[in-house]
Amino acid sequence: MPVLTLAQAVTDGLNEALKKYDNTLIFGEDVGKNGGVFRVTAGMQEKYGDKRVFDTPLAESGILHMAIGLAQEGFLPIPEIQFSGFTLEAMDPLIAQMSRIRYRTGGSRHSQILIRSTYGGGVHTPELHSDSLEGFFAQVPGLRVVIPSTAYDAKGLLLASLESEDPVFFLEHLRLYRTVKDEVPEGYYTVPLDKAAISREGSDITLIGYGMMVPMALQAAEELAKDGINAEVVDLRTVSPVDYETVCASVAKTHRAVVLQEAQRQTGTAGQIMSEIQERNFMDLDAPVARVTAPDTVFAVGMAEDQWMPNVDDIIAKARETVEF
Amino acid sequence: MKISDINFKEIVSSYADEFPTYQVLDEKGNVVDQEAMDSVSDELLVKMMEDMTWNREMDRRVILLNRQGALINFPPSGGQEATQYGAMMALDPKEDVLAPTYRDVYACVKLWGVDLLQAFVWGKGHVLSGTYPKAVNMYAPNVVVGGTTPQALGSAIALRFRNEKRIAFSFAGDSSTSQGDFYEAINFAGAYKANLVTVIENNKYGISVPVEHQTAAKTLAQKGVAAGIPAVRVDGMDPIAVYLTVKKAREYAIDNGPVLIEALTYRYGPHTMSDDPTRYRTEEEVNEWRKKDPLIRLGNYLTAKGLWSEEREAEIKEEVKAEAKETLARMAKLEPLKVTDLLKNMYAVQPQNIKEQIEIYSAKEEN
Repeated sequence: MPVLTLAQAVTDGLNEALKKYDNTLIFGEDVGKNGGVFRVTAGMQEKYGDKRVFDTPLAESGILHMAIGLAQEGFLPIPEIQFSGFTLEAMDPLIAQMSRIRYRTGGSRHSQILIRSTYGGGVHTPELHSDSLEGFFAQVPGLRVVIPSTAYDAKGLLLASLESEDPVFFLEHLRLYRTVKDEVPEGYYTVPLDKAAISREGSDITLIGYGMMVPMALQAAEELAKDGINAEVVDLRTVSPVDYETVCASVAKTHRAVVLQEAQRQTGTAGQIMSEIQERNFMDLDAPVARVTAPDTVFAVGMAEDQWMPNVDDIIAKARETVEF
Repeated sequence: MKISDINFKEIVSSYADEFPTYQVLDEKGNVVDQEAMDSVSDELLVKMMEDMTWNREMDRRVILLNRQGALINFPPSGGQEATQYGAMMALDPKEDVLAPTYRDVYACVKLWGVDLLQAFVWGKGHVLSGTYPKAVNMYAPNVVVGGTTPQALGSAIALRFRNEKRIAFSFAGDSSTSQGDFYEAINFAGAYKANLVTVIENNKYGISVPVEHQTAAKTLAQKGVAAGIPAVRVDGMDPIAVYLTVKKAREYAIDNGPVLIEALTYRYGPHTMSDDPTRYRTEEEVNEWRKKDPLIRLGNYLTAKGLWSEEREAEIKEEVKAEAKETLARMAKLEPLKVTDLLKNMYAVQPQNIKEQIEIYSAKEEN
């Protein structure tokens, strides 16, 4: 089976989408001739033509707005927002329009749109290129937010997202693009949405994360195992809506939980998951539910980036503290 | 050209000269463009007059029903009929895609297959209001000022991609041209040669803020220049001028690409029922605009030709009364909106949280 990076797996998935569905359109800034600034759409315009893979004017709101009408007319749009920080320019089409079409039309219309974008730190970008905004998007009813942490999942979740009649915001972590490598089957397959994965089985504590936090949690689990702490790692895969069945079943088994997020501590996904665990698993818990996050500042571009980002040592320390509570 | 020749004052003042206002029927009902008038059938003019009369009376009735509390949250459209009906009658409801604003809902009832009951419950937030059959080819009326044109844009690009002989059409308010999204939409439309026609219903105010405070541009049509698309200005109180301009724009858009039309019109009523227009405009101003009324000018023209009468007008008003009464009776029988109706509409495939909440709210609703 071919071993691919996460970026290559996304490329593979997009090629499958173009091949399987004639109405798939890939568009965004620099996705055509240039093949995307991360080369994820490289070669697609040559292969499928500039009617199906094409560049847009540089305006994020326009890009997502045009996706809405294209979807209404029966195309399968896969717009790309080059960096998700610039989705801030496109809140209207994302939140006020596409996520509400089903509600507004009493379910008689839907927005089958797969938005791809990048996020995440560790690659020393300029400002707004590394922000983790999934907490914003997770607050939008009608929108699905998907973040893969393996190459296998990246391809399978991408194709499941394409098939979803609900709009999906699909976030690809910049650092994971080339640091993650795993086996990816050839051909078309899907990985179900709204289903978390148990990335590592354990009995003493549950580490819950997504994106970059998953490989970090796995590394932390290896270290903790040396001290006899057997950690279970849950990869959310879909950040909204969350698969609490899997999360809560794991916590019921381990009796302890640490939630991990790369984003700032204030509000966000981790806080939401912690409170659901408190409500649903209170009697199972042997220790307070804890979290590892970045501090409450804007993303620390440049010099302080490595200190700002949550790391493996932070996870190990918080897990130990929770087990020893 | 020399730098010393640059005259900024002249440059900026000359823009508006490029956009004269087209008219076919003047304020008294006199034909000022005979060639244009001859191209329109009497049958169509009578239909136009009937539908605009229907709208004016329905508008009056719905305002009353709002004051009585039977309906809520209504943006009146009285005064803007020439623009709304003139434009929509130039479209093909079987083929074209429509993106209306919240002020165009009743024109959609008359001309686009929307049920009057849907218009009545739109302000009440009932999911029925936007539950259209497939044959009703439109976006739900957009509450976002500037939200319509970007939606029509995507459809218009799709039609260009497939080389279809039809268009996507949007109405836009004057203040929507202040929104960045309006510019993005017309700019994208130009770049993709999209089959888009947009009519700006310039009724002079964004709630209370006059258009002169929205922009330094002397016309809104000139906003099309920056997007590289053709733009014109019409008398939006002249239904024939609006009709013929949109008809011509539709043909152009199918073969070439987008057109922007600014229609000069006026809303006689408040922005919505919670607005008090006496705070920001004078009685004199409203009366000046009432003299330009489309029903007066088309009524005069058709009466002189023996095609219109006060009796016909009275008949339509009676029809409206009966229609409203019958629809209120249907509304009374309508199952009230439940939280579970909303929950069931959020996703195509229900996720865990939605399933859980449907269970919780179903139990509450059964009690």
